[in-house]
Amino acid sequence: MDTNRLTRISEYAWRIEPHGNMRVPAVIYGDEALIRGMDEKVCEQAANVATLPGIVGPAYAMPDAHWGYGFPIGGVAAFDADKGGVVSAGGVGFDISCGVRTLHTGLRRADLAGKTEQLADALYREIPVGVGSTGHIHLDRADMDAMLSGGARWAVDSGFGEERDLDYTEERGCMAGARPGAVSDHAKKRQRKEMGTLGSGNHYLEVQEVARLYDTEAASRFGIAEGDLLVSIHCGSRGLGHQIGTEYLAQMVSTAGSYGIELADRELACAPIHSAVGERYLGAMRAAINCALANRQIITHLTRQVFASLFPQAGLELLYDVSHNTCKLETHTIEGRPREVYVHRKGATRAFGPGHPELPGPYRETGQPVLIGGSMGTASYILAGNAGNEALSYASACHGAGRSMSRRKATKTWRGKEVIRALAEQGVVVRSPSWRGVAEEAPGAYKDVNAVVEATDKAGLARRVARLTPLLCIKG
Amino acid sequence: MTEPGAHFEGHWEHFPHVADIGIRGYGRSLEESFEQAALAMTAVICDPARVRPEEQIRIRCEAPDRELLLVQWLNALIYEMATRGMLFSRFEVHIDESRLTAAACGEPVDRLRHRPAVEPKGATYTELRVEKCKDGYWLAQCVVDV
Repeated sequence: MDTNRLTRISEYAWRIEPHGNMRVPAVIYGDEALIRGMDEKVCEQAANVATLPGIVGPAYAMPDAHWGYGFPIGGVAAFDADKGGVVSAGGVGFDISCGVRTLHTGLRRADLAGKTEQLADALYREIPVGVGSTGHIHLDRADMDAMLSGGARWAVDSGFGEERDLDYTEERGCMAGARPGAVSDHAKKRQRKEMGTLGSGNHYLEVQEVARLYDTEAASRFGIAEGDLLVSIHCGSRGLGHQIGTEYLAQMVSTAGSYGIELADRELACAPIHSAVGERYLGAMRAAINCALANRQIITHLTRQVFASLFPQAGLELLYDVSHNTCKLETHTIEGRPREVYVHRKGATRAFGPGHPELPGPYRETGQPVLIGGSMGTASYILAGNAGNEALSYASACHGAGRSMSRRKATKTWRGKEVIRALAEQGVVVRSPSWRGVAEEAPGAYKDVNAVVEATDKAGLARRVARLTPLLCIKG
Repeated sequence: MTEPGAHFEGHWEHFPHVADIGIRGYGRSLEESFEQAALAMTAVICDPARVRPEEQIRIRCEAPDRELLLVQWLNALIYEMATRGMLFSRFEVHIDESRLTAAACGEPVDRLRHRPAVEPKGATYTELRVEKCKDGYWLAQCVVDV
């Protein structure tokens, strides 16, 4: 990205001044190297988001931002429903409520004692992964609607997990305001056999080791110490969310004009929050959030069964579950007074600061755990939401490394088999149904997650608590 | 209007997008460009040559313009692939103004033989173009979210 188009407002924050139809400025976070390495499209798309009706405060892009659909991936924007504000299906993305769930294991590396391969085989066998995989649970119509209303709460009530898991899940595991009736039969049919599946692409389940602590006090609150083994699950609302995204995007493209909305780009398709389409989308999207929460809860249950069979001493307690593709009604202090706004986070993680009433007790003082996924060979991070970040990004942070290379170039650069061998030499055991899929997701195809997380920390969005390195990866 | 040369054959290619993948179909007709775009989408998942065209399904969709029709067509295929657990390798498309009817032939996913790499989530409006080029052939393209 050409930095001449930006006003540098601090070492880690850059502003696009309002021009053309922009109603507000846009702010992009990152150090100079990350900003220079960013696609020009991020600038264009962040500026386009700033043209949408009812936007409040700047349109933001996180340090891992890259070219997305309408909104940049790594985009955050808030809208006031009473000022003509909009909700955008593209601003949430196709994989609604894609997110990361991290579990303690109560184990250390020594406990694996030569059983890593066995654990990898068992996880790969028990957790459906990859194209064409189906889950063990097939939902009928009534169960589907109950799942879409109940989320992880439904999953726990159905025997997949523990009541206490819900305390450590966003929204306590159940997104209010879901409307299963606003979800099409097509979307439900697409999900019927996909409950408890990881999916493909950049989705995974990893066993990770806490390699380094940055904030020992917060780490202690989160219950982690150096050398601990954790499990992280990265996936979303599967076929149901994809179908909802597809259908409402098409509907919003065709109805935007009737609401007097001029779109700078068709992918920005949106509808007023106070409109029939807007309200139906919000109801369907919240149902998809519940689907994602239920999905990660079921995968948690399957993971626990695998660990129980191999490591009876293990205790897989939930550390936290947070999504990074959502639109949520939140109260933020804007210019000194609290206002209710609909915050879109597309490839951006909610990062509530200390004291936020939605945080579970033990995390109230530290701020919310922010779970940042890596890519097979690279590190993942646990951050904590910072005080004061509402004014910086509506309490949001990055969500991962962000791709830096296309899938096509990645498959021309690496062969899956060689990637798996190289990772094995680094001590990372990989299981995947597809070598090409592994090549497309090779660690080198991503930006440097360390630089992204450092910029997130230095910009004040969320502070580093722990760095995790992978030992085992089940890759979609 | 220029027509494509006698040597021209319908074909497809992928083009890069940083997070996902672009698909592009070329054809002597609008219909053929849609067929080739569908083949390009199958190639996102696996080698289309490995998919036997054994079972036929019918698809219908409509949209107010050709570009939106391409997105509808590809999304209808994604839906059929997801719900039937199938892959497709042969397509026959008919377009009448805003309406598309098609036959898609393929077979159930065989994870060992097809080695599917990734599943498409949806066809998008990014880099969406459907047009007759100056050499007379048709081009149909967009980015697919995977």
